[in-house]
Amino acid sequence: MNQPAPVITARRLARTFQTRTGRVEAVRGIDVDVQTGEIIGLLGPNGAGKTTTVRMLTTLLAPTAGDATIAGHDLRHDPRGVRSRIGYVAQGGSTSDESLVLEEIILQARLFGIGKARAKANATALLPSLDLDGLEHRPCRQLSGGQRRRVDIALGLVHQPHIIFLDEPTSGLDPQSRANLWEHIRKLRTDGVTVVLSTHYLDEADALCDRLLVMDHGTIVADGTPDELKRRISGDIVTVEIDTTAMAGSGDTASSRSDRAASSPESARSTPGTDATVRAARQAVDVRSVLVERNRVHVTVEHGDQAVVPILRALDGAGIAPSALTVKRPSLDDVFLSLTGRSLRDSDENRDRGRAGGMTSEPETGTPAVSHP
Amino acid sequence: MHMIHETRLIFWSHLRANLRNPAWAVIMLMQPLLYLVLFGPLLENLGGAYADGSDPWLVFTPGMVLMIALFGSAFAGFGLVAELRSGVVERQRVTPASRNALLLGRVAKDMTVLVAQAVVLIGIAIAAFGVRPDPLGMVATLALVALVGVAFASASYALALKTRSEDGMASTLNSLTVPLLLLSGILLPMTLAPGWLEALSRINPLSHTVDAVRAMFASRFDTAEVVTGTLVTLAFAVVLGYVGTRTFQRENA
Repeated sequence: MNQPAPVITARRLARTFQTRTGRVEAVRGIDVDVQTGEIIGLLGPNGAGKTTTVRMLTTLLAPTAGDATIAGHDLRHDPRGVRSRIGYVAQGGSTSDESLVLEEIILQARLFGIGKARAKANATALLPSLDLDGLEHRPCRQLSGGQRRRVDIALGLVHQPHIIFLDEPTSGLDPQSRANLWEHIRKLRTDGVTVVLSTHYLDEADALCDRLLVMDHGTIVADGTPDELKRRISGDIVTVEIDTTAMAGSGDTASSRSDRAASSPESARSTPGTDATVRAARQAVDVRSVLVERNRVHVTVEHGDQAVVPILRALDGAGIAPSALTVKRPSLDDVFLSLTGRSLRDSDENRDRGRAGGMTSEPETGTPAVSHP
Repeated sequence: MHMIHETRLIFWSHLRANLRNPAWAVIMLMQPLLYLVLFGPLLENLGGAYADGSDPWLVFTPGMVLMIALFGSAFAGFGLVAELRSGVVERQRVTPASRNALLLGRVAKDMTVLVAQAVVLIGIAIAAFGVRPDPLGMVATLALVALVGVAFASASYALALKTRSEDGMASTLNSLTVPLLLLSGILLPMTLAPGWLEALSRINPLSHTVDAVRAMFASRFDTAEVVTGTLVTLAFAVVLGYVGTRTFQRENA
């Protein structure tokens, strides 16, 4: 893959706030490189410094230290040049109740120096692509939360920027509106737009972003694709399910991953089937850890997809016929946990005060690899 | 050049919003109108003490016109607080548009609405109470009203950016507008005041504006009041306009 020049480069970018209780280092000297056409996610709990970072990169907040270049324009010396190249969608929305959808979008385009006719053409073309057609002359207060959020996105896109910054774009939206917005964001990448989005939703970071910058306490604690991050931290989990008709019970044995032990304690008996399965798996591949749960055996390995065939062969050799075999990547929450010692969900419960929407549960990222009838 | 274009964009956007929902402009017109109708008639029987023998309406009407200029523009910042909260201002800040244009477009809208309100008020005074102002004086009055609007609207927007809350705005505005009103001679001429009070009122730029407007309403153009009042009002608008643009630029870093 060829590496074009980064469209965003930030070096030792920092922001300190002076509050009554003392200095708060919201962002502590971060380095960021974003390539053209990437969807890059800033992932972290509330208060990690995501919004401060986005606000600095969009010229809304002056950094207290460090430099950045955005689309070839220096952040400190040419903020106007930066502004002319970027779009920005704020976390808290950007429309007043009384403003009319189309009129407001046209105004926004014209503030970017776009002529009347082209502003109108851009706005009119944008509305159907964001499922906003028919709402042109409605005041924003009459729109649903999802519609109003899409108006925010339209306002950020109408001047056809090369880079768009989305601060918590789906915060407070219902699942359907979120999925819908994700589609729109993916479409932007297809059009060659670089997307920088901040999120505290694990599933959003996982499903949408090409690359993630995991932030915590104002620093970037990890940088990589969602897959890289998960592989680097925890390996993959291969789950072998054994036909229950042959087994009487089950039990927990080796439980190095206590957070995954979901079985009930009343069944303490280990079955020959599961023991044999563990032995077969250990012979076949390099196993990091094992967890037995009822009739299921979870083995953690480096590369789950490459472990499936050897494990299956070993099981076959041992005379075990699994009823199902699945490979599951560890979740981003596991990643965050191993990086910071805290679960992103826990940090969120503590800090997410009264926010609409709240956390959504992480979807099962497991993909059935082999299944016997 | 860019700035004028961008100012026009903001101006029209806000004016259209105002026309769609004119309730606020009408409400702001109510206070001076009520004074005109329910307070003005009392002055007719005060005789020489109030207007030195001339038509009391010719003295009172310009005062009410300035009252609208003061209150209409001083409260303009409330709209900006709402815009700050809804994210509209921030959205406009990430455009390359001139920071001054973002302020001046709003101020120009307030100025326009004020002048329209003043025209309505003078029209009612002419029709209902038989006021006969000097036509040229009336036009000059509207120009001074516009300048007062620039001054107070700019200051009000600066205050809105500083406080960012309706509560903070309200307490500051109340503690400023009432003394400004009482020390301007808008309701009763300051010639009625004891020496110390009259001296105090001279510090208030608005008192000079009131004097000038009253003189022009009565066709007395070649007086010191007109010259002083016009210059003071102009200087006031320039200074507060500068404060407003500085604040807008700084807060928008």
